[in-house]
Amino acid sequence: MSNLLLGMSIVLVIAMFVTALVAISQRRLSIAILAAGLVSLIASVMFLLLAAPDVAMTEAAIGSGLTTFLFFFVLGRVRGESDD
Amino acid sequence: MIKRFTVLLLLSGLAAIFVSLALGYVPDASLNQSALYYAENTVSDTGAANIVTAIIVTYRGLDTLGEVTVLFLTAAIVGLVLTRGAKAGKGKPMMASGELLTTGAGLLVPLILLMGTYVFVNGHLTPGGGFQGGAILASGIMLVLLTDPMKEFSHRLISVIESVSGLTFITIGGLGILMGAGFLDNSLLPKGTLGELFSAGTIPLVYSLIGLKVGAEFSSMLVSLSETEGS
Amino acid sequence: MISFIAIGAGFGLILIGLYGALTNRNMLRMIVAFTVANTGVNLVLVAVGHMFGRTAPILDSTVPVAEAASRIIDPVPQALVLTAIVIGLGVTALMLAYVYRLHQTKHTLDIAKHTELKW
Repeated sequence: MSNLLLGMSIVLVIAMFVTALVAISQRRLSIAILAAGLVSLIASVMFLLLAAPDVAMTEAAIGSGLTTFLFFFVLGRVRGESDD
Repeated sequence: MIKRFTVLLLLSGLAAIFVSLALGYVPDASLNQSALYYAENTVSDTGAANIVTAIIVTYRGLDTLGEVTVLFLTAAIVGLVLTRGAKAGKGKPMMASGELLTTGAGLLVPLILLMGTYVFVNGHLTPGGGFQGGAILASGIMLVLLTDPMKEFSHRLISVIESVSGLTFITIGGLGILMGAGFLDNSLLPKGTLGELFSAGTIPLVYSLIGLKVGAEFSSMLVSLSETEGS
Repeated sequence: MISFIAIGAGFGLILIGLYGALTNRNMLRMIVAFTVANTGVNLVLVAVGHMFGRTAPILDSTVPVAEAASRIIDPVPQALVLTAIVIGLGVTALMLAYVYRLHQTKHTLDIAKHTELKW
């Protein structure tokens, strides 16, 4: 059973690295912001595998919910700027 | 080119430090001394079933007071910085949101607010607490903001909720000095039996106040951002 | 075993976030990279407190009080990381408010064009 958890965590870590690379190098800013939210969500699942349910709930609500909201608000206000 | 090379050099130095830290790490086999004290004496000292909640509210309550202060400062500065700009009216009226969004939000927002309240009232029994419940409350307010962008949110109501919760939190802490064993002591209310809703002294009350205050602060940050003018 | 994987993942996220923050010129991209690095730091902190074969520090019917000291993990890093996540959101909101005001003065998000503080 713990081999299954170990395999799942390795798959999640690889997905997290790929998503983080997308978040810092994608041309379109809205995709980069969504990728940062996805990194927070995968980190929340990792927190659950590390036996920390309080931290997982906080990271899911704040890191992947409110941070993405804030970014999209500001992006909508400064719309019209090309990227990089 | 030079800049990118310098950045890569710096990051490889940092990576060498990280690798040496990771290779020298040995996981513990048994709990260290402070964790052992928390594991054995939490129930007899405070009566809470969630040890992380007991640490945040009672054992290290002073750090939580500092964090609440930092959040209050952040919300105040965001409100100050964003309303100095040109706020010349609301602009042209936007289209009404679609019927799916309006009906769905009308059904979901009371459920989201109820779930947020449940999470911070039960913080001492199950995983959860004030910060998580406050973030869920702010998400509910955010849904209302999305469906009706022209809605006027009264800043006064949000600031009244935030100030009253913060003041009550400090008052309970001060009462701990008069009637208990120190600032933010737990024994003002009875400890009760383990696992009941009304147990663990003042922890449910204090965490509910913290949850309301954090939720009001996040909502005021979101409302300040949504009231700015498009450039 | 899983704590080693999580520590490696956290360190990797810190390095990726720092690289993104140092080489981008658009201010919003720098803030996105800081958010990724923040997540990495929190992951390392929680991974240090994990012990093999034990469960979460909550006492209920499956972990009774009498055997708590031999079946739960360290609760102190989790309390620290809870505070750190909330304050990370506060700092991100502050950075976004400043970016918005800077954009209102010169209508550009490129950080090399804001040169009032250079001599």
